[in-house]
Amino acid sequence: MHRMVTIDGNEAAATIAHLTNEVIAIYPITPASPMGEHADEWSAQGRKNLWGTVPSVIEMQSEGGAAGALHGALQAGALCTTFTASQGLLLMIPNMYKIAGELTPMVLHVAARSLAAQALSIFCDHSDVMATRGTGFAMLCSNSVQEAMDMALIAQAATLQTRVPILHFFDGFRTSHEVAKIESIDRSVVRAMISDELVQAHRARALNPEHPVLRGSSQNPDVYFQGRESVNPWYQEMPVTVQSVMNRFAELTGRHYHLFDYVGAADAERVIVLMGSGAEAAHETVEHLQAHGEKVGLLKVRLYRPFDPTALLAALPATVRRIAVLDRTKEPGADGEPLYKDVLTAVAQSYAAGQSHFTELPRIIGGRYGLSSKEFTPGMIKAVYDELTREQPKNGFTIGIHDDVTHTSLEWDPQFRADATLATNCALFYGLGSDGTVSANKNTIKIIGESTDMYAQGYFVYDSKKAGAVTVSHLRFGKQPIRSSYLIGDDEAQFIGCHQTVFLERYDMLDKAALGAVFLLNSGAGPDEVWNTLPRRMQQQIIDKNIRFFVIDAYTVAQDSGMQRRINTIMQTCHFAISGLLPRDEAIKAIKQAAEKTYGKKGAKIVELNFRAIDAALANLHEVPVPGKVTSVFDRPPVVAANAPQFVQDITAVMMAGNGDALPVSAIPADGTWPTGTTRWEKRNIALEIPVWDENLCIACGKCPFVCPHTSIRSKLFDPAQASDAPPTFKHMAVKGKEFPEGAHIVYQVAAEDCTGCGLCVDICPVKDKDNPGRRALNMAPQAPLREQERVNFDYFLALPEFDRREVRNTVMKSAMLLQPLFEFSSACSGCGETPYLRLASQLFGDRMLIANATGCSSIYGGNLPTTPWAQDAHGRGPAWNNSLFEDNAEFGLGLRVAIDKQQEYAAELLKALASHIGEDLVAALLGAVQEDEAGIHEQRERVAALRERLPKIDRPEARQLEALADSLVQKSVWIVGGDGWAYDIGFGGLDHVLASGRNVNILVLDTEVYSNTGGQTSKATPRGAVAKFSAGGKPTPKKDLAMIAMAYGNVYVAQVAYGAKDVQTLKAFMEAESWPGVSIIIAYSPCTAWGTDMINNHAMQDRAVRSGHWPLFRYDPRRAAQQENPLQLDSKEPSIAYREFVSQETRFNMLWRSHPEAAEKFLGEAQKHALSNFQHYRQLAELSYAKPEEVKPAKAKE
Amino acid sequence: MNLRTRYLGLELKNPLVPSASPLSRSLDTAKRLEDAGAAALVMYSLFEEELQHDHDVMDSYLHNQSLGHAEATSFLPMHGDMPSKQDRYLEQLQRLKQTLGIPVIASLNGVTPGGWIEHGKALQQAGADALELNVYYIAGDVNVSGADVEQRYVDVLQELRHHVTVPIAMKLSSQFSSVANMVGRLEQAGAAGVSMFNRFYQPDIDLDSLRVAPQLHLSSSAESLLAMRWIAILFGRVKLTLAATGGVHTHSDALKMLLAGADVVHLCSTLLLHGPQRLKQILHGMKDWLDDSPYESIDQLKGVLSQRHAGNASASAYARANYLQLLDSYLPSVGV
Repeated sequence: MHRMVTIDGNEAAATIAHLTNEVIAIYPITPASPMGEHADEWSAQGRKNLWGTVPSVIEMQSEGGAAGALHGALQAGALCTTFTASQGLLLMIPNMYKIAGELTPMVLHVAARSLAAQALSIFCDHSDVMATRGTGFAMLCSNSVQEAMDMALIAQAATLQTRVPILHFFDGFRTSHEVAKIESIDRSVVRAMISDELVQAHRARALNPEHPVLRGSSQNPDVYFQGRESVNPWYQEMPVTVQSVMNRFAELTGRHYHLFDYVGAADAERVIVLMGSGAEAAHETVEHLQAHGEKVGLLKVRLYRPFDPTALLAALPATVRRIAVLDRTKEPGADGEPLYKDVLTAVAQSYAAGQSHFTELPRIIGGRYGLSSKEFTPGMIKAVYDELTREQPKNGFTIGIHDDVTHTSLEWDPQFRADATLATNCALFYGLGSDGTVSANKNTIKIIGESTDMYAQGYFVYDSKKAGAVTVSHLRFGKQPIRSSYLIGDDEAQFIGCHQTVFLERYDMLDKAALGAVFLLNSGAGPDEVWNTLPRRMQQQIIDKNIRFFVIDAYTVAQDSGMQRRINTIMQTCHFAISGLLPRDEAIKAIKQAAEKTYGKKGAKIVELNFRAIDAALANLHEVPVPGKVTSVFDRPPVVAANAPQFVQDITAVMMAGNGDALPVSAIPADGTWPTGTTRWEKRNIALEIPVWDENLCIACGKCPFVCPHTSIRSKLFDPAQASDAPPTFKHMAVKGKEFPEGAHIVYQVAAEDCTGCGLCVDICPVKDKDNPGRRALNMAPQAPLREQERVNFDYFLALPEFDRREVRNTVMKSAMLLQPLFEFSSACSGCGETPYLRLASQLFGDRMLIANATGCSSIYGGNLPTTPWAQDAHGRGPAWNNSLFEDNAEFGLGLRVAIDKQQEYAAELLKALASHIGEDLVAALLGAVQEDEAGIHEQRERVAALRERLPKIDRPEARQLEALADSLVQKSVWIVGGDGWAYDIGFGGLDHVLASGRNVNILVLDTEVYSNTGGQTSKATPRGAVAKFSAGGKPTPKKDLAMIAMAYGNVYVAQVAYGAKDVQTLKAFMEAESWPGVSIIIAYSPCTAWGTDMINNHAMQDRAVRSGHWPLFRYDPRRAAQQENPLQLDSKEPSIAYREFVSQETRFNMLWRSHPEAAEKFLGEAQKHALSNFQHYRQLAELSYAKPEEVKPAKAKE
Repeated sequence: MNLRTRYLGLELKNPLVPSASPLSRSLDTAKRLEDAGAAALVMYSLFEEELQHDHDVMDSYLHNQSLGHAEATSFLPMHGDMPSKQDRYLEQLQRLKQTLGIPVIASLNGVTPGGWIEHGKALQQAGADALELNVYYIAGDVNVSGADVEQRYVDVLQELRHHVTVPIAMKLSSQFSSVANMVGRLEQAGAAGVSMFNRFYQPDIDLDSLRVAPQLHLSSSAESLLAMRWIAILFGRVKLTLAATGGVHTHSDALKMLLAGADVVHLCSTLLLHGPQRLKQILHGMKDWLDDSPYESIDQLKGVLSQRHAGNASASAYARANYLQLLDSYLPSVGV
């Protein structure tokens, strides 16, 4: 009896990797991170490998580092592996050449992912894998979750036997994250597959001073070439060896693989060749077409390198006339993609040599598909087969997009369905990322997978938002193994669950519903009222498709049964109860058993609450009688407002609506250039509650706009006469103070539709109603009733003129907050601790900012399409932003600076050369401009405008040059932004170089003390004792002191800030950093959802970090040394609370007390000691005298 | 000199019993207490709120990580083995039982009836020699009468009594209309002893933040007199055993309690302040006093100054007269 398990591709591959290796060097990268996380977790739990020892898992500072460590570990004779993808794989390439060049066996598991080109993408294609073809690694491809496990083992066995390292890859997300029911490989099979003799042979080749050798020599022209050719026998023998390993695997498991596996008609005339998950959809389609009498076939490539033409040809029927080779990659400028060329060469060479079994040379075309996880459906596959019937089939075609520029694309029939699709039961669920829909669905798949003989598949689609992220779960169940490696299409879903009513107006989810489907809605409206809460189109679809409609008020059920706002178990129960997948009683029993299994060890109470919720769900589930006609009076509102710019209307809005797949090539900017200021058109309405301003209590301190992570509360100052036409509910108040003009009014306006409801503005409000100290000048209230009113008020607010920047006092909070933010409504997590820093920078310097943004959270909420929060002012000025890579951001930013400096210098030279034409006075003013404040910059802009007026009249080539460079005469503010993963780890080498450069750049490190974007892996910024991925037992080493390293240069402005602890210090640090004409670095404490704590505690967490001494606040300003003052100013006081108080309230620390109490106490003791001594150290440094030393007199010579 | 006494049906070598405190969290400290002469040990309390909080925390570990982003479907690694507070408590109880030769009394602290039975059973199974129930209840609801509050204590006790066989002590607050009657009812409901009195930690107001802040002050000897009075009143009038708790800092405090009628004397603040060795000092002090006294055993002196046994003058001192005399004798400072 085979043991069936329900796991995803990452877990499948990692299971084998962990079992068959002893050193695992890792670095997180989506979508491969979970493999490393599994390995780390298993080792932390003491899971042993095949030889009875627990593999060592080490996290490195980059994939380059991981590859180097692997190379070393392999050379010392260990069995080693790693997991990576995309840019990470690129960073491994140099070592891959070395490892392969030295004939060192290892398996590198890759969840294939797109490479960053015109844009980054975390999704799947084979661009990364294809970029390593020259390394000498063999390449073995898995097409499904089952194969990810099988091929992982075949690769491991084969590499030991052949000594050629193997890159085992499968499709990122589609396979790595697809949850499927598969046959697990028994440990005894693994044992039988791996030869200890070969392991010993590998160890015997290790570097060992007992029998020393030298490897890694430098070779000269005399022998290098021969050395490269010396490995040929290993590569020549490898395909045969891999096939023999596959045969052995088949004997042990019954699953038979070949180097090339052919599926389809024995007399096929048209064949598609491809590899990866798309082969599964093609397999399904071929079976369908063959059943319908078509002579078609499919060739799945498994061992791609070394490429065995003989095996390829042998696998193809002699009847083949037409071949389409599909590549999931793009080589711009090539006359075909790699697999196409390999197949073409193989077929043509054998034909030319007269060795082919084809009577005539088949026509071979190549095409691209599936880039960045673009859908690849049976309809598209059929279109490729259809293309092969054409007299002149298109070569270099694309399938899956509409190419209206170079017309490469094939048309396809989106309605085409394979028989296999129709045989599966499909279910779709629309949920919020935070409502647990995905985890409940994974649980459902496990239940069905493990308690029935049905096969199950789950795939989860996420949007790119962090706050209010939407997830769509695609679940399939069937009697046969499921090969549908594509999303559930229109009219296919027998079940649709909508877990949030807000989606009714956002998604045409019933497009996906099959005839007679079941639709389940979570709504506060009861069975009698809910019908009229549906848009008209949806009502019509329910009637037309004869859909059964059920409703449950899951939030109330959750609340009543003690589950708070957690509705996932309730919705899951309803799904089971009405989908008919299992008999109802059996289904409910299975859910309860699953709850017991999941939570049993975590506490009887959690199980009890789940049981209660399950029972309550059934009691509160109602079928809604469907009237025979549409009665609603509304339909889905337009995606964006009518006054949105044309580009937003035509392109951004289409993407926002989830229809980006329909955009043709011509709609997409060719060079990756997109407009800024687009989040303002989204109006996501995700807050349940929003702050309401009480102008009668407000003291206009400016703290609320300062802390708002989403730029959703703003202040403006204006003459009350300007607001005579204000909407009736628009509030404002007279404000006094030397910062403000006499008689001015101020408003703190909430952007109700953009607010995420994090509550931090209320938390920071220092005002207390003296009659009711619980009440502030801002108080949360339900959003829905206020939405319309505040929409109007916010529009009115925006239309009020901005306060003159020159009048703002930047160092005074309430005044500084009048500056227009040019970073707004980002998709960061609700309550994000990073975004206030970025918004602040955009307020202070946004109109002259260039931003180099390291890959990470800030590049995702800052630049993940469809929209960007980086915005423009009324003059069209604003931050210009780019994300180069993760590892090179400091260098990238320095490049921006060097270019600007060069252009300024050249512009100055041109000015001088043209002085007599332009006017000596203007040139002198332009060259001598002091641009140290807003007024200075304003004046320079006016001079540049005057210059621009004069230049066209000057008929000299220098004038044309200067026209292109005139803008550079206005001060630019270069910001290098990224997280701690970048600054402390992967980008540290470059950061250090930039710190040493002396150039005028500002570095902002958003320190969340963990890799936040990839799911909370340990960085060198992670504090001692914190739990993070790769530090399940608490991080044993202290956090790196980046500030101290930067201060060591002496000429770098360094500040350590925490805006929630001391806001004015943060403000000062930004002003000082930017004004320092050399390198500045601000290390900004940024509480993060990854810490496992509710972000409403954001400010309190910052405060405790500072007061415990974990995060001392200080500024190191090199200018002070010149004034004979100590450059270091300590801005926080001696630790006033115990370190225990700091750590005990944050999950990242306190969960260690539960899992490893002794270690937790030990780390706490060490951290406490360090916090005190570290503060003492800083204080001593700050107290050193910088008075001019007395001149040292030469010692008198001894008489 | 015979220092032996009985409490909750347990034969103890002397009347000094460290009460529920963090001291029992460490095996080493517990061992030092035993070495210093402790006759039994009440473990730190397993708080109902703590268990609830523990549940909530685990719940948040399990569920607050789902962000729903493709790159981060979880954050903190959930280590497979994450024992709950109750698991740890039971583990510590077992360890204490293995390490110590003296009886170990487990302590449960809570307000609502649910959950006690399950926890009580688990504690008994883990080897507790007796249970101390601390119903830490603030009767702040205007609709809840004194009778309701008293009934709550009785109900909780009876419920637990049915399910465990080890003796149960009730740790009481002094805030009952009729302490004596209450103790009598608890005796009828099956309590083997009462421990008097529980201290309510009073919250304070922080004038800077305008927030209510919890405060913890250790007891002083002055506080012991409240317990002494009620022990003196109860001695001989009820059959269950009496423990004095709160404010016992010196051997004198302890002896007074015994003279008033206590079977055991609990020590806490003084041990927290001075360490386990303090118990030894108190024990020595008691022995020295006894050596010079006419008593040869604790049994002999127990309750001789209780209300029942003391002469008329002393007996009335435990009653209201005491209050009048004291107030009259108090002279305010000049200028007050």
